Amino acid sequence: MTDIAATAPAHGHADHAHDDHDHDTPGFFVRWFMSTNHKDIGTLYLIFAIVAGIVGGVISGMMRWELAEPGIQYLTGWAQFFDPAASEVQGKHFWNVMITAHGLIMVFFMVMPAMIGGFGNWFVPLMIGAPDMAFPRMNNVSFWLTFVAFVMLVGSMFVPGGSGLGAGTGWTVYAPLSTSGSAGPAVDMAIFSLHLAGAASILGAINFITTIFNMRAPGMTIHKMPLFVWSVLVTAFLLLLALPVLAAAITMLLTDRNFGTTFYDAAGGGDPVLYQHLFWFFGHPEVYIMILPGFGIVSQIISTFSKKPVFGYLGMAYAMVAIGVVGFIVWAHHMFTVGMSVNLKMYFTAATMVIAVPTGIKIFSWIATMWGGSMSFKTPMVWSLGFIFMFTVGGVTGVVLANGGVDTNLHDTYYVVAHFHYVLSLGAVFSLFAGFYYWFPKMSGRMYNEFLGQLHFWIFFIGVNVLFFPQHFLGQQGMPRRYPDYPDAYAYWHLISSYGYVIMAVGVLIFFVNILWSLAAGKKAADNPWGEGATTLEWTLSSPPPFHQFNELPRIA
Amino acid sequence: MRSFPAIGRLSPKAKTASLASALALAMVGLGFAAVPLYDLFCRVTGFGGTTQRYDPVAAAADPVILSKTISVRFDANVSAGLPWKFYPEHPTDTVSIGARDMAIFIAENNSSRPVVGTAGFNVTPTQAGKYFAKIQCFCFTEQRLEPGQQMRMPVLFFVDPKIMDDPDARDIQEITLSYTFHPVDEGKKAS
Repeated sequence: MTDIAATAPAHGHADHAHDDHDHDTPGFFVRWFMSTNHKDIGTLYLIFAIVAGIVGGVISGMMRWELAEPGIQYLTGWAQFFDPAASEVQGKHFWNVMITAHGLIMVFFMVMPAMIGGFGNWFVPLMIGAPDMAFPRMNNVSFWLTFVAFVMLVGSMFVPGGSGLGAGTGWTVYAPLSTSGSAGPAVDMAIFSLHLAGAASILGAINFITTIFNMRAPGMTIHKMPLFVWSVLVTAFLLLLALPVLAAAITMLLTDRNFGTTFYDAAGGGDPVLYQHLFWFFGHPEVYIMILPGFGIVSQIISTFSKKPVFGYLGMAYAMVAIGVVGFIVWAHHMFTVGMSVNLKMYFTAATMVIAVPTGIKIFSWIATMWGGSMSFKTPMVWSLGFIFMFTVGGVTGVVLANGGVDTNLHDTYYVVAHFHYVLSLGAVFSLFAGFYYWFPKMSGRMYNEFLGQLHFWIFFIGVNVLFFPQHFLGQQGMPRRYPDYPDAYAYWHLISSYGYVIMAVGVLIFFVNILWSLAAGKKAADNPWGEGATTLEWTLSSPPPFHQFNELPRIA
Repeated sequence: MRSFPAIGRLSPKAKTASLASALALAMVGLGFAAVPLYDLFCRVTGFGGTTQRYDPVAAAADPVILSKTISVRFDANVSAGLPWKFYPEHPTDTVSIGARDMAIFIAENNSSRPVVGTAGFNVTPTQAGKYFAKIQCFCFTEQRLEPGQQMRMPVLFFVDPKIMDDPDARDIQEITLSYTFHPVDEGKKAS
């Protein structure tokens, strides 16, 4: 696929003149608030994801601050910021609100919008040689639904949710805590926020599937599509199959809360474990939704900076398909402790471990792509290498946790927290930064600062490892997740973990300095700043691309 | 596609989008269908210690009674908000596998108003659920107790001899049969 010898007529001079003549760029309000342009919507998604990431990141910083030493130091004070009459009970509730908000924001309003809404919108049409998404207006609807969903979630922190303000259910919203355990409108608002975010993602998924199946340029067969497009296609199918189940599950939560049904209430013949099954039937594919586009991004970058086509292209593509398919039949490994029979645990253990096979194919193919390549260690490449390292560490602890017997001991400990932060907070986020640096010249027309990019990487890399690696130790020693306080025995690694957050935060500051500096004073980017390794269609266009591209479709040899 | 003649006339884009939407809608349906399917699954497989219900006539047809005995322990609970006292007459009983046995549970309404309750139930170890057969049980229906009323409620059950053919269940020495009474909220109906 990477040997696309594209003869793109896309930004021939005649074309430019044609563009400028026929379609003037709309005014500010129409362009950014009523946008139907995939690149503008992609930009909106990226800005949105960065803002949501700051909110979610600040919340995690507050949690690490509270966790830096044993005892409860700040929670009551923070709760009093929202409600001056708050006592320690409200303070503890505020802790639950923070873990809930951090999880939901990072999953639904940071990683997903950045990966799918941001990079997906920007580069899927460009990479397959399409003028835009299949349904541009629906694309806009998706973005603004996501935005409203985020406002709803943040708003839920200001209304009563049981023992204090806000929804304190955890991102999993398990019944009965989320039903009889949380009176007040906060949980309803959070559930409604999930409905909206889910609807937005389903619409987006339909849009991507339609675009990829119907709008590829002549010669761009399915088996020539860049791996990033493949990754978004698989992700779109996962969204389409998983999110409706979440919608059904949380709708039943709503009716249990408000309309007297007992789907999850044993008193009326229901079963709270049913909610867990439904949630994780969605939840497990959801974690692949967050990481698969990252796989795609990293594949493009490794190939570009090794100046080689991706090793085993078809294997890479179908490994993602396999991960997507198997991802739907392993959900109960999140609930090994609900009382399953040995046979059931054996099945879910084995099925979960099978996922290591296609994932291993991907890791080894990335390494094989680099092998013998002419590598250059530009910022996107070091982020991608960081991704491979982090994701492998998280993958290994994942294989440990896949064992039903081991998980009985580690379930809901910091070991699990460390595991999923290695694959998501580090894996997915590293691939996001990699993609951001890789495509920043294309999106903005300016080069980022290479020194700041490298500095960002190294400080962030050290920070997150200091932050999350000790959490493996805490988990193995039995530190449970979702607690604001702990015995003194855990103080040592908790403090180090909190130092790690500070280091990471410095790295993020450098990132923002880099963006602002580069947007204001960065060198002008060439059409293809990465040279011969960058073979996908977006590099045949100007930087930034014209407002409308591919008026004449490129032909793929 | 014959039942949807319109789909043939759609543009390729609209066709893909319709199929994708249909897929999403089907998954919503599957999400809700999970409720009865999960219930059915538990009843058929005894999953999570769900006991089996036998028709009195069919169960009487051909009893196989083994010489091996098994201990059955009775556990009785009331959920918060139900002003009842609820306990088994004898906490434990030893029965021959296959033989019918009757256990008596006693419930007392300690409040000054009539209260309707319904009992949830299962057995542990959970793999015994498939072999724990109830012929008659107070848990099949709602129970109404007048103020101060005491009621003796029977359970007629047997342990299915097939338990001896199941390698995961044949070593079980004791089965605990547990009930929890919940108040029946007039506003809430069973899903």
